[in-house]
Amino acid sequence: MSVAEAPRSNASGRGAAFSGPNAGDDLTVVEPLIFERSRAERRAVRFPRPSERARAAGDGQPQLPASVLRAQAPRLPEVSELDMLRHFNRLARLNMAIDLNFYPLGSCTMKYNPKVNEWAARLPGLAESHPLDPQALNQGSLELMWLLAELLKEISGFEAVSLQPAAGAHGELTGMLMTRAYHGAHGEGEQRMKVLVPDSAHGTNPATATMVGYQTVTIRSNERGGIDLEALRSALGPDVAALMITNPSTLGIFEDQIDQVLAAVREAGAIAYMDGANLNAILGRFRPGQVGFDIMHFNLHKTFSTPHGGGGPGAGPVGVSERMEPFLPAPMPVLIDGDAAEVRANAWAGRSTAGARFALNDARPQSIGKVRSLYGNFGMFVRAYTYIRSNGDAGLRTISEDAVLAANYLRVKLHDVYDLPYDRLSKHEVVFSGRRQKREHGVTTLDIAKAILDHGIHPPTIYFPLIVEEALMVEPTETESLETLDHFVDVMREIAELAASDPAAMKRAPVTTPVGRLDETAAARRPDLRYVFPDEGDVPDAPSMAPAREAPTT
Amino acid sequence: MTYSPHTDADRARMLDAVGVASVEDLFADIPAGVRAGAWAVPPPLVEQEVRAELARLAGRNRIAEVSFLGAGAYRHLIPSVVGEVIGRSEFATSYTPYQPEVSQGTLQSIYEFQSLICELTDMEVATASHYDGATATAEAAMMACRLTRRSRVAVSAGVNPDYRRVLETYCAGPGIEVVIVPVDLAEGGDGTTDPAAVADLQEVACLIAAQPNYYGQLEPMRELADATHATGAQFVAVVEPTSLALLEAPGTYGADIVAAEGQPLGIPINFGGPYVGLMAARMASVRQMPGRLVGATRDAQGRKGYVLTLQAREQHIRREKAASNICTNQALMALAATAYLIAVGPNGLREVAELSMTQARQLAGALESAGLAERRFGGASRPAVARRRPPAARRHATLAERGIVAGHVLERAEPMLRDTLLLAATELTTDDDIACLVAALEETR
Repeated sequence: MSVAEAPRSNASGRGAAFSGPNAGDDLTVVEPLIFERSRAERRAVRFPRPSERARAAGDGQPQLPASVLRAQAPRLPEVSELDMLRHFNRLARLNMAIDLNFYPLGSCTMKYNPKVNEWAARLPGLAESHPLDPQALNQGSLELMWLLAELLKEISGFEAVSLQPAAGAHGELTGMLMTRAYHGAHGEGEQRMKVLVPDSAHGTNPATATMVGYQTVTIRSNERGGIDLEALRSALGPDVAALMITNPSTLGIFEDQIDQVLAAVREAGAIAYMDGANLNAILGRFRPGQVGFDIMHFNLHKTFSTPHGGGGPGAGPVGVSERMEPFLPAPMPVLIDGDAAEVRANAWAGRSTAGARFALNDARPQSIGKVRSLYGNFGMFVRAYTYIRSNGDAGLRTISEDAVLAANYLRVKLHDVYDLPYDRLSKHEVVFSGRRQKREHGVTTLDIAKAILDHGIHPPTIYFPLIVEEALMVEPTETESLETLDHFVDVMREIAELAASDPAAMKRAPVTTPVGRLDETAAARRPDLRYVFPDEGDVPDAPSMAPAREAPTT
Repeated sequence: MTYSPHTDADRARMLDAVGVASVEDLFADIPAGVRAGAWAVPPPLVEQEVRAELARLAGRNRIAEVSFLGAGAYRHLIPSVVGEVIGRSEFATSYTPYQPEVSQGTLQSIYEFQSLICELTDMEVATASHYDGATATAEAAMMACRLTRRSRVAVSAGVNPDYRRVLETYCAGPGIEVVIVPVDLAEGGDGTTDPAAVADLQEVACLIAAQPNYYGQLEPMRELADATHATGAQFVAVVEPTSLALLEAPGTYGADIVAAEGQPLGIPINFGGPYVGLMAARMASVRQMPGRLVGATRDAQGRKGYVLTLQAREQHIRREKAASNICTNQALMALAATAYLIAVGPNGLREVAELSMTQARQLAGALESAGLAERRFGGASRPAVARRRPPAARRHATLAERGIVAGHVLERAEPMLRDTLLLAATELTTDDDIACLVAALEETR
């Protein structure tokens, strides 16, 4: 079905994939805000009344003074449980998701999230475990964290791993804070204040550098899409703290001069930081810790399949080399009683580890401190551990092989219709350019993305990396069948044809989604960021702010 | 087991299309000198085996039969409907809503979340979420530095020590100085922050204070806010969200930024995470806020919809000039909090707050009247702080062996609070739990 032929949806805009109960009379509203369904005194959940005994026993205890009491109860919605459930179920149907749609969003590794991981994360023995319980009660949670760190060390080749950071960018922050601590400990803290970042980097890299007080220096890419070694060498010096590099890069290309890059960074006395967002491409093929990287963050919600949840929670553990180990966040789960090799062997074989004792070691004098309360996003550790154990050595290798194979397959199937500025062997993703469609037909990459929506497929990442004009960044992952990949190829070819034959139709897309293209400029110009109750007076305006570029990226 | 759908025939067809002989050729771009050698990752497990392994680990934990432990992570009833909502695949397996036309479910629920947090806190704008209460607090401090162009922050010692550690870590990077404003922890002290001490602060960007504070005491928030504003600084309130059913909202007593841990709102204890950080502020400060924001707008046909907005603050647009590096946040946990607040409603949230306080008072009353402990500080509070006959830490350990966790031992973090336990009660604390604690303490007296 082409976009032009797509049936018009009903007045409220719901296409077949999104058909739901009618929202009401206002056909411009897909699903009313829950506040609008509120009726005074309607209830869902109720709680017990306090007992007489409870009241009597507390009688002598101080009361809340009137001065701290709230004058008006918060106006939370008052709805029945069924009203509420239908509201959220209807909202759910307005989303695309991995469990429903092909989702080749580049740089995000939207692979299948196995359900046994969810089963594991909901085990009461794990989910109800309190982080501040005496450690004698927490041995299972601590062992799981220790075992996961052992597996991540083995996978990455690093000497030590901290699980504490809550997301990839949080792992970057941890890594850069460690970099500052390292140079500070070596008397070069004041001198090394620059961080080198390739022009293809994720936006989080330069933003992280700024957050720790560093100055970002952008290093250009060469004509092959790799880092320009000459530019790198001339930027390196005694004032450079670190290089942050993504490998494979955001172009989906393995940095094939990585050995020379690492040698140059090492020679300049800087720290080599690897953004591990794209680890899915190289499992069992490249272990960054083994070849001279000092720090890398993992994205458990990418490589190790924890569900992304519409924007989190993630988890961003960091692996480090020996010289960085003292600076890792505290506390760290440690084995205090037992032989590490024996514990691992027993755990891998499904045998009891009852003799082993674990603890949290907070005595880390050179540590950067804590980057998060407690110990990290433990629920994600459970899922990632389950996933790694399910896949095992052979499965992890297969993941990367099939992910890379799928990306290359799409590359060769589409590179005649979409420009491919860096037509080389791909790793996990391939970055096309819509510049030909833009130049020849006035159809932008945004138009292409919106047309893809009408085929029930989530578009690739667009306008990123910044060094590719009109970028379309496609990451199919290893869990999509050949039929799905072939269908995507057909859709992309059909859209390229439509761009040529009927560019105006492309500008109208999407037409099958619950709403059409939304006015993002208006949203930014006069922000409406919360429900305003009918009896509220004037709502303060935001100070003026330049609207963001329309193009989203990851 | 793997989740790859490919048969050998599929792979052969794909390799053929790519024009390579084997999968090895796909990795030819990795220089020979840096290719991975052998690794010691264990072999694959099928579902039955991996379930046994996870059950083994879960079985090594012992979940306390009776617990008065809070100290930043609280056991509350999680209505069944909350789990149903966040278990929906469409919420759980979608990405950050970059394509709004196919992400209205996530976007509208975030808009509702922002609205609920604004209403709860009496603030004008709330973000889509942060990692947890501690990082929200640290980001609030850095936001205050941007707003005031100052590089020193003050934090009350009544703020959760874990949050203060995270704050120190965040501030170390850009060289922001952290000043601790003491809380009166001495014998006979009231365990709160003295507003007079705030007046002496020089050139601080903000004062951060918690309500109720870590020791369960009520801070004089209005006086602290006034004293902070007199120094030209921002007042950052760290609050406990269920308490806001009863306690004056931060926006009412003059908070400029609010940070909070949202875990009590329908999120399991989960050994410390994932939780959700809440942040709210004044609209005038929105440009300096970190994190994502969702706004309402219209499409060309006039249909209402929601988008990520004011993205010119964010890392993917602004790169090194961004307000924060935050990208992935805690969206699904924010959805849990949204579903929770709607499920309990204003009356349910008030019942939770009142019952938690009633049980805390019962706990304190029962321990005091049995002569087992005395309150360390006066005033109404949740959680309760009780000082018990020494040595508290040893009796805490003895009780733990019986599956009773008598709160949190404070002296490890704060030597002034020797023999002091921090005990929490929530609506899940039963009369029997309290009787059980009293009986166990009688036996170990």
